[in-house]
Amino acid sequence: MSLTCWATDSIHGVEENEGHSWVSEMLQLPLVVTAQVDLLLVLVSLLAFWTRLSHLSYPNAVVFDEVYYGQFVSLYMKRVFFIDDSGPPLGHMILAFGAYLGGFDGNFVWNRIGAEYPTTVNVWSLRLLPALCGALCVPLVYLLTLELKFSHLSALGAAVLLLLENSLIVQSRFMLLESVLIFFVLLAFFSYLRFHNAPSSYSLLSSWSRYIWLILSGVSCGAVVGVKYMGLFSYLLLLVVASLHTWKLIGDKTISHRNVCVQCVHRVLCLVVVPVLLYVFWFYVHLSFLNRSGPHDQLMSSAFQASLQGGLSRITRGQPLEVAYGSQVTLRSSVSQPIPCWLHSHKVNYPIRYDNGRGSSHQQQVTCYPFKDVNNWWIIKDPGRQQLVVDTPPRPVRHGDVIQLVHGMTSRFLNSHDVAAPMSPHTQEVSGYIDFNVSMPAQNLWRVDISNREAESEVWKTILSEVRLVHVNTSAVLKLSGVPLPDWGFRQLEVVADKLFKAHSSSLEWTVEEHRYGTSQEQKEREAELHSPTHIDVDRKISFWAKFVELQWKMLTVKQEESEHKYSSSPLEWITMETNIAYWLHSSTNAQIHLIGNPVSWGVGNLSLLAYQLLAVVYLLRRRRGLKDVPDGVWDQFVCLGCVCVGGWLVNFVPFLLMDKTLFLYHYLPALCYLYLLSPALLEHAHTHLLSSLTHQRALCVGALAVLLSIFLTYRTFCPLTYGSPELSAHQLQGLKWRDTWDILYRRR
Amino acid sequence: MAKAECTPKWNTLALRNRKTCPTPEKSFQTTFTPVSKDKNSQTAGLLAGGDTQSSNGPSGQFVARGSIESPSKVLLMLVAGLSFSTRLYKLTEPPHVCWDETHFGKMGSYYINRTFFFDVHPPLGKMLIGLAGYMSGYNGTFPFIKPGDKYENQNYWGMRGFCAVLGSFLPIFAYLIVLELSNSCTAAIIAATLLIFDTGCITISQYILLDPILMFFIMAAVLSMVKFNQQRYRSFTASWWFWLVLTGINLAGALGVKFVGLFVIVLVGLNTIGDLWRLLGDMSLSLVDIAKHFLARAFALILLPLILYVTIFAVHFVVLNKSGPGDGFFSSAFQSRLIGNNLHNASMPEYLAFGSTVTIKNLRIAGGYLHSHWHLYPEGVGARQQQVTAYLHKDYNNLWVVHRQQDNNSQSGNPDLVRHGDIVRLEHKETTRNLHSHLHEAPLTKKHFQVTGYGINGTGDANDLWQMEVCGGRKGDPVKVLRSKVRFLHRATGCVLYSSGKTLPKWGWEQIEVTCSPYLKETPSSQWNIEDHINPKLPNISLSVLKPNFLEILLESHIVMFRGNSGLKPKDNEMNSKPWHWPINYQGLRFSGVNATEYRVYLLGNPVVWWINLASLGLYFTMVAVASIATQRGFSLGQQRIEHSLVLVRGGGLLMLGWLLHYAPFFTMGRILYFHHYFPAMLFSSMLTGLTLDILFRSADLLLHPPYSYWFQRTGQLLLLFSILYSFYLFHPLSYGMTGPLAHEPGSAMAGLKWMDSWEF
Repeated sequence: MSLTCWATDSIHGVEENEGHSWVSEMLQLPLVVTAQVDLLLVLVSLLAFWTRLSHLSYPNAVVFDEVYYGQFVSLYMKRVFFIDDSGPPLGHMILAFGAYLGGFDGNFVWNRIGAEYPTTVNVWSLRLLPALCGALCVPLVYLLTLELKFSHLSALGAAVLLLLENSLIVQSRFMLLESVLIFFVLLAFFSYLRFHNAPSSYSLLSSWSRYIWLILSGVSCGAVVGVKYMGLFSYLLLLVVASLHTWKLIGDKTISHRNVCVQCVHRVLCLVVVPVLLYVFWFYVHLSFLNRSGPHDQLMSSAFQASLQGGLSRITRGQPLEVAYGSQVTLRSSVSQPIPCWLHSHKVNYPIRYDNGRGSSHQQQVTCYPFKDVNNWWIIKDPGRQQLVVDTPPRPVRHGDVIQLVHGMTSRFLNSHDVAAPMSPHTQEVSGYIDFNVSMPAQNLWRVDISNREAESEVWKTILSEVRLVHVNTSAVLKLSGVPLPDWGFRQLEVVADKLFKAHSSSLEWTVEEHRYGTSQEQKEREAELHSPTHIDVDRKISFWAKFVELQWKMLTVKQEESEHKYSSSPLEWITMETNIAYWLHSSTNAQIHLIGNPVSWGVGNLSLLAYQLLAVVYLLRRRRGLKDVPDGVWDQFVCLGCVCVGGWLVNFVPFLLMDKTLFLYHYLPALCYLYLLSPALLEHAHTHLLSSLTHQRALCVGALAVLLSIFLTYRTFCPLTYGSPELSAHQLQGLKWRDTWDILYRRR
Repeated sequence: MAKAECTPKWNTLALRNRKTCPTPEKSFQTTFTPVSKDKNSQTAGLLAGGDTQSSNGPSGQFVARGSIESPSKVLLMLVAGLSFSTRLYKLTEPPHVCWDETHFGKMGSYYINRTFFFDVHPPLGKMLIGLAGYMSGYNGTFPFIKPGDKYENQNYWGMRGFCAVLGSFLPIFAYLIVLELSNSCTAAIIAATLLIFDTGCITISQYILLDPILMFFIMAAVLSMVKFNQQRYRSFTASWWFWLVLTGINLAGALGVKFVGLFVIVLVGLNTIGDLWRLLGDMSLSLVDIAKHFLARAFALILLPLILYVTIFAVHFVVLNKSGPGDGFFSSAFQSRLIGNNLHNASMPEYLAFGSTVTIKNLRIAGGYLHSHWHLYPEGVGARQQQVTAYLHKDYNNLWVVHRQQDNNSQSGNPDLVRHGDIVRLEHKETTRNLHSHLHEAPLTKKHFQVTGYGINGTGDANDLWQMEVCGGRKGDPVKVLRSKVRFLHRATGCVLYSSGKTLPKWGWEQIEVTCSPYLKETPSSQWNIEDHINPKLPNISLSVLKPNFLEILLESHIVMFRGNSGLKPKDNEMNSKPWHWPINYQGLRFSGVNATEYRVYLLGNPVVWWINLASLGLYFTMVAVASIATQRGFSLGQQRIEHSLVLVRGGGLLMLGWLLHYAPFFTMGRILYFHHYFPAMLFSSMLTGLTLDILFRSADLLLHPPYSYWFQRTGQLLLLFSILYSFYLFHPLSYGMTGPLAHEPGSAMAGLKWMDSWEF
């Protein structure tokens, strides 16, 4: 304890000797620079860097989720647009920045765990930033414990627990995001507490330095949420802590109303406005970086796609903006479930009878087809006139106009009638009309209903307008039901007309994607008609906000097929570490890397969590009866510890219980860090306030030392699985299988 | 009406109110607790209370009691009358099965017929429906096949009437609850009016559904809890006990109808914890007293409801003693209880032999029978071979034939018994494929191996061989039908046949996944028993299966129910209602009829009522924020203002908590959700609206001077009343039935009322 007493708080760096009228006094005093350095802090930091950064480029192969993040890094390097629903873009950008520093050109295919990196890839730089973040977590925990007003010894304890946690080391040493997340979370809490603990004074300079901490906290919060959505819960916890403090401030009657208002506004600005702005900023950077079309284009709206270089914009460049009578168009469904597709027809009729015996109109099939095809072209016709060419000047189609749609290749009219659709019998069939003389007249008039006319215009515009086609005879609306047709429909998607429509459903909306003004009167000519750009150019600018909202919405709603993974686990297994993840296995030897925590520290964390809760309940009940076991100051400290640590554990663990996702052990790591923060502090609390006799205190110290020693030994034991070297024999590996449920791999020889 | 007349009105409750006014609690309590049981002291309390604070007690405190009571009584009668008449009006229309009546009516009939069935909800609601049907002369013969079936001559009015009567109590309860919480008739009347004239509440009360019964118990529980809270200074008196026990009974009722009742239990639990916390801080009570308080509550709110709940299930199992559609969900032992089931007094060969045809049931609760069918695993899911699943219903595809490793045709003479450690080949009877496993990932549980049907007519490969083990058995032990727990170990890979309990997607017909697990730990998931056993060459012996005891049955039926509940996943292409739709009344439910020619009933809240509720939620938060910041900053507020903020924070807080508890959990639920799930929350929201708006009107004097503020208050109340009544007039066809063209067509009675495009009427 006494060892560290004289060393002050932090890397405060150089503290200059400042006086009020220092100009005049300067000459009388010697020019002095006093530096105070916390040697313990420096020591643990060095150790942290050593454990996280040494031999970083080993193994020189793709390790576990690097295969997942790597593809995005490559796309960043190539500036190709992508969507990843696993998290906001900051995390990917940080990884990409590391790759950029190492001169990675994006030319590596991340297709398999264990694939060797070629020599052109600078593995070290790919992994550097997460490792740095992971290493910095250790000193941060040290500082955070101090800000929670516990001693340097506790701080050292927390730092050591974090330092010797195998799972954290493994997770930091590869191109993964958990360490980055943990780093920002700790930084946010540390800087907020720094702000809170700093004495509020009226001197401009010190209050400035105080607010810098607050701003830093806000920035870290923005980063936390920007790295992973899970960070949101930590951010909310910080907001709760901050609002509790603010609530106390509001109740402080010694401060003037004006001052309270100013302080509240400051906090809201720094802790709410700054993170929100930053969060949007990450997307701004993301979107301005990724300006080329790529594999995920299809998920986005036509307008969005058109804003990317290549892809759709190459096709649509120079095409006319306003849809006119005689226009040749492809109609894309606005909904991208199950896949994006275009209104389509082909020279095949609906079967006379379906498998279940129901009859059809036997007219030409109309479907939705997920590939570009010449059969996707439709011509817009004025019902009152015969011609299929555009007038000069073109007569644009407006909201409310009645049109006919002629299929370009077969010249059939888009038709609907009171016949049940093939797969969704409660809706109407849509067909290309063929007159079989069976008293089934053509009903091929459609009214154009532009649903975003307020935002855009009354005129039907290429790409921009979202249009509903309302069947004039039955007032049903053309709709993509999304059900795949059986073999007779070539597995294309069913299109129906639905009477009882839901207003919001985007499966009713269609946009014109490719568009040209038709000029040829003859069918043969028309089929051969080539793309001929006209005078008006599409205005392809959509605003950043529109792109941001669309991208964010897609990220939150895109559903990937969630299936179980070989190493996935359920949250309850994490507490007792019933599960592990094999990250990497050497292609020929038994050398392997596993995500396995340090079982002893894991146990210590769980114990302290339990102990804290028990202690808190006992304290609370006794205080309610007027028995104050600890003085108020200590009580406040105890409560603050609980809010941050137990609260932090809860917000990082409980949400997983409610999640319907594939989860892995590494999702537990942020929660684990809070437990490591808690354990030494709680021990110190017990030491100073619960144990009165000196012998007990000594026993506790000895116990703590013994536990620390065993933590170190366990760390050493699991080192081969953490660093992937040295290689162990099958027998040794068997010895490391401390739990039956762990999967450790042996190579049969 | 309100201020001049209403103030004396509350004084019916003055005796209690005085005591609950929280500000003078401490001083008050110290003076009066010693004699609080004494009747006379109450008058003294009244006097003293009047001294300490004056706003609530105007000068006319000592008006004769009868005249004080009457206005509130009259209002209560009015509320009751309106409530019953709106709910019972046109009760028998439409005379066909509407919406979920097809389920709950059917289940009511099952009780009358004593046929065993399975449902995801606890039995009380359906038992009551069955009882109501029985009492009103319904004989349980109507099949309730699908919505739209005509009732013809069946006595269905009894079941509907029972639900409607329970539903009619909701506004009355709301009135009483708000009256207790706010001491203001106006607030209570607003809350009751909102509920009486809400078309949604009317519709949902008029049919054979569980919701009116559930909401009845929820509201009754809240009312008795609030009443109990008012008894806090008369601990352990008869009325204290009465309300406490009544709360417990209603909790059991709520939970007995649907698991949503858990939310009100949490509400009462939180309230009780708060109550105990207050008692703990009361230093005048000894620890023994506190222990007494604790035990009383533990008894009445935990033990008593538990006993009642268990009793409900006991009745359920006693009444339903005939085999029915729900058998397959339960274990073999359970089924042997049911008359008519093939396991009831079963008689079959006692020991498993080669050549026998068997069904194999997983021992995990609701584990299902080992099943296969002609369909293959789809491409991309392991090998493209025949599916093997676990299936909960009895089906001829559950039959398997036990063979030796080699031969296919059974030899003459007495067949050999299968013994522990024997190698067997299981052939699916219908498709003649062998039970097979190999080193491919299982479809869902990726850590396990896939199980398929392979080979044909007995020819297969080495991967079709399984070693049969009796759990706890030794080599040579025969396999007892029904009683032995057996495991099937795959010879080639060493894994064990396992039912993971996960539901396969559509390609697997939503049956349960069967895998081969490399983890050999003995769990019920990897243990099976032989249920049906057919072997003509062996003598049938009457087998008395170990009858399960009641607790086992109870546990089993709960696990089955929970699994059923979580299995109700939204299907593709089905319109799925989202929780955020509900408070904005985004979309209703079609109870009856679709087309213009049909008689249509549409469950949709009265939009005016619902949107007032929604606005009031925001208003409530604003008002509480203003009030609490003002208090925290120490602004000096008038006595009346302080009271208002206390009503807002305490009474309103309780209702807000109720609303949150009945609403927020739905956001985390994966199961399919419907609009009607919001109705319990809507009750709380309406009560909160009554309380909030009343205080808003009363706070008009913050901005206006006395005569004007009074007028403002009056105008506001009238306007509110008028808008609710008028909107009810507009929208009443939603509940009482519409015919003719749909709303978006001309000539419809509802023309112009389709305010949101998403409404489908």
